[in-house]
Amino acid sequence: MHANDTRPRFAASRAATIAAALALGVAMSAPASSASPTPSASKQAAGAGTAAALPTNSVYQLPVALTDQDGRDFRLADRRGKPMLVSMFYSSCQFVCPMLIDTLRDTESKLGAGEREQLGVLMVSIDPAHDTVAVLKQKANERAIATPRWAMARTDAASVRKLAAVLGIQYRALADGEFNHTTALILLDADGRIVARSSQLGNADPAFVLKVRQTLEAGSH
Amino acid sequence: MPLHRLALRAVPTSARRAIGWLAMAFVTLPLAAPATGYVQLPAGKLTSVLAGDADTAPLTIAPFAMRSTPVTKGEFHRFVRAHPQWRRDRVPATFADAGYLRAWRTADAPGDAGTEAQPVTQVSWFAAQAYCEAEGGRLPTWSEWEYAAAADATRRDARGDPAWRARILGWYARPATGPLPKVGGKPNVYGVRDLHGVVWEWVDDFNALLVDGDSRTGKDPDKLKFCGAGAINLQDRENYAVLMRVALLSSLNASDSTGSLGFRCVHPTH
Repeated sequence: MHANDTRPRFAASRAATIAAALALGVAMSAPASSASPTPSASKQAAGAGTAAALPTNSVYQLPVALTDQDGRDFRLADRRGKPMLVSMFYSSCQFVCPMLIDTLRDTESKLGAGEREQLGVLMVSIDPAHDTVAVLKQKANERAIATPRWAMARTDAASVRKLAAVLGIQYRALADGEFNHTTALILLDADGRIVARSSQLGNADPAFVLKVRQTLEAGSH
Repeated sequence: MPLHRLALRAVPTSARRAIGWLAMAFVTLPLAAPATGYVQLPAGKLTSVLAGDADTAPLTIAPFAMRSTPVTKGEFHRFVRAHPQWRRDRVPATFADAGYLRAWRTADAPGDAGTEAQPVTQVSWFAAQAYCEAEGGRLPTWSEWEYAAAADATRRDARGDPAWRARILGWYARPATGPLPKVGGKPNVYGVRDLHGVVWEWVDDFNALLVDGDSRTGKDPDKLKFCGAGAINLQDRENYAVLMRVALLSSLNASDSTGSLGFRCVHPTH
């Protein structure tokens, strides 16, 4: 389990889960650490039909077709080759999502210009029904993001669910058109393995920035 | 003797057939040709055990067809043979953890004679979703699952009945020392079986269950944690059996698998 900050703190639920687990003999296997740097050459990237050399624990195993704010179609795995910051958001969000962009920007600001050039940023909408290419374009202009190195992108609803699942992000549509979602900045290495995540909003998380630098140093390919 | 087995034995086969036949009478809409083994559920309203600040009104559930039983080991065996990328020795770690199908004798077969009719477990969310997609469907949403699971043999919503609640809760207190029972328990009013008493089940939007710690007080302890309004409030605190499912699902990652977590599929029919 990751992202402790987002886990239920409802003591009764926890206790109930544990009680149920005991009662059922639920054998929770140790959750595979998504950050585990153990690419296994013996495992093929069969699930995704992508390059066999892709690490089996890469986010890029997921075949997702996206469209960016300029209407360019691309596949998630096309981002392979350099480290990436990935996040999920929705453009009509008034409170947290603007801060998410601020935080991504602040994180980048801690890097040198050369480092920044080697880092991609991808923000994927959890609200594809409303976040059309035009809406994303407007938001990208409004926030003056550095396209195409930064991209705001959309995909279909089923793929949003899968991408969130791969990234360990929870989200839920509310009846009033808003969404609940966990806020997370996720760092992928050049092969799409999750290296670090941060849910700190506002000023950049120093530990996270350090991971970004180290990952950039480890290089692109 | 586990409660659910007692319950099964208490109902003669002929009566079970009759109940199943009656349940089939609810089929009023043409199915979009789902695989066999699905039953139709009509549209309806659901007051979920979950409720956020913004959605305490009953949910409207569109009609859908649901597998009458969880996917079995035998069925998943055939799926893995047809889609070998889902063998445990080939699946990318992103989609399934080390526990995936671990109890199978070999990478492409369960290997235990006589267990084909048990529900498959040790499957990740991705594997379950892939299975349902191969059948032309998907996993049920939490709301769809809860809607189906609110019914008993005669009522669409039996949740207000303390006896019904107690019966379901009884399963969760049953020690799980023996093998999983076979699928094919007593059908509910729609003809869906085994929603309670056999396994936990994945849902499509398991990662939508943002159960917040302080929903007991209704306060929003940390607005920064979630975009938009606060997390889910647990509206119906009497329904422990269903809330335990929410708590479990909300704690899982999509690549996790456990020995008591299975799944079934649905087809939207509207």
